[in-house]
Formats: sequence, C-alpha cells, structure tokens
Amino acid sequence: MRRGARIAAPLFPAAAALGASFGVLARTAHFDALAAVVMSATTFAGSAQVATVSVLGAGGGVAAAIVAALLLNARYAPIGITVAQAFRGHVLKRFAQSQLVVDESWALAGGGTKRFDRRVLLGVGALLWIAWVGGTAIGALVGQTIGDPAKFGLDGAFAALFVALLAAQLTDRRRMAAAVGGAGIAAALIPFTAPGIPIIAATAAVAVGWRRT
Amino acid sequence: MSAAWIAVIAVGAGTLLLKAVGPVVVSGRRLHSRAAELLDMVAPAILAALVVTETFASGRSLVLDARLAGVAAGLVAVFFRAPLWLVVVVGALATALVRLVS
Repeated sequence: MRRGARIAAPLFPAAAALGASFGVLARTAHFDALAAVVMSATTFAGSAQVATVSVLGAGGGVAAAIVAALLLNARYAPIGITVAQAFRGHVLKRFAQSQLVVDESWALAGGGTKRFDRRVLLGVGALLWIAWVGGTAIGALVGQTIGDPAKFGLDGAFAALFVALLAAQLTDRRRMAAAVGGAGIAAALIPFTAPGIPIIAATAAVAVGWRRT
Repeated sequence: MSAAWIAVIAVGAGTLLLKAVGPVVVSGRRLHSRAAELLDMVAPAILAALVVTETFASGRSLVLDARLAGVAAGLVAVFFRAPLWLVVVVGALATALVRLVS
C-alpha cells in the first residue's frame, strides 16, 4: 500500500483541487456542504458527481441526474471484473476494498494486465480518497473565494493523465486494436447518447480480439 | 428530503454496488482463458474512451478547446518517458496557458 501511496503522491494536489472544484460546483447547485462531502466519501467518482450536480444545477430532474451518474459509473462493473481475481478473503473485506477502485487507482496498479498489484490499488485509492474528500470539504466551505478551477488547466491535466495510463497499456497489437476501437466508438457516440454511454459501449471494442483467436 | 440528498443517496448506493460486482461476485472463480483474453482488452478500450471523452466531450458535443493542448503536451511528455506526475503538470500548464491566451 505504501508503494501505491508513493505512486499516487503527485496526483494528490490535482485530486484535492478537483475535489474542491466539485465542492464549489455542488454549492452552486444548492447542495449543502454536508451533502457534497457525503457524496465524495460514498460515490468517490469525479465525473459522476460532477454530472449529478450539473444536471440538478441546470434544473434537470433528480431522476435524470441519478441515471446520468450511474451510467457514468457503469464502467466500474467491467473494470472491477478485470481485477476480481486479485481480491480474496471475507466478502465484507472484498466489498470494502472494492470501494477504492477508481480509474486512476485501477490503471496505476496495472489493472487488466498480468502485473496488477492489489496493494498498489488500495494505496493509490486510499490517498486519492483523502485528497478527494478533503478537497470537497474545503471547496464546499470556502470555495467561492478560490475561483474557477478550469483556469488552472485541471481538466486538461486529467486528460493527459489518461493518455499516459493508456500508453502503458499498449503492449501488443491486440490491445492497440482495442484502444483504437474504443476511442472510435466513444467519439461516434458522444453526440448521440447520454454521457457515460460512450465509455461503456467502448468495451464492445474487445470484439476485435474475438475473431483473432 | 431535498433533491440533492436523494441524488447523493441513490448515486452513492448504486456506485457502491457497481464497484463491488467484480471483487465480490466474480472473485475467486477461475476464468475461462477466452474470457481472460477478452478482459485483457477491456482496459485499453476503456482508457482510450476516457481519453476521447475527457479531451473532446462537452456534454453531448465534440469540441476542440484548451484541453487538446494539455493532451498534446502530455503526449510529448509520454514520448520522452517522463514520470506520471510530470505528465500531469505539463498537461495542466499547457491547458491553462492556451486558455489564458485564447
């Protein structure tokens, strides 16, 4: 776990800043500070939380907000399955540990590869959880004075992070084909489906490996 | 109960279950080798989709904005085998710079 925490340390300020921006956004969407912090502690998934408060803030219904968020998080079912073999022990222990699975902790721990290390995932996940929940609390309580986080380029930083994580995954031609297919499916669906669907649908790109074996 | 709290509870409970599917339900079972091969490709497919959505998506539109500069700078950093933290810093700086001047 300590190795995971060390790997995640450079992401700590970015995650805390994004958490703060979520806290600010939540307040503008009429969440009280406690609701924002509870959401970060339990949902612990940036894009879904931002989607929830954006839909509610824009006057969308609560059902639409919930569906949008859960569609965004539906990817955690296949993501969790790729690392399921590494989780052992009592069902409650596995349940608790599974909550530390986020995109970054899964990818940094080598999720979906043979060198996957569950302890790295737990270390990264725990550190990011602290940053995320702490950042949310700061943003929700004093955030209005910080200003718009987009001007610090945090959104671009996370896009760059996913590029680096993807590059590490491209170890053979089949995985490259899956990446190209996944990117194509996502780009094609973004204009036509609710946010979240393009990412789930991208998993269909594994079909390229079906006929190659 | 306010709409905010209903959303917090529903999204929280749903996400808890989604994250638990793999480690709780699938754990310990031996996977068919064919299934393992397919799962091997899920990670690059999802990460590539995340790159596309985080770079180009704005709601339901595809847009070109400052994030693209962050991704381009990140790509250069990856090409020169920069550590992950540097990729993130370079990505943030490039995005913020382009946003500042545009």
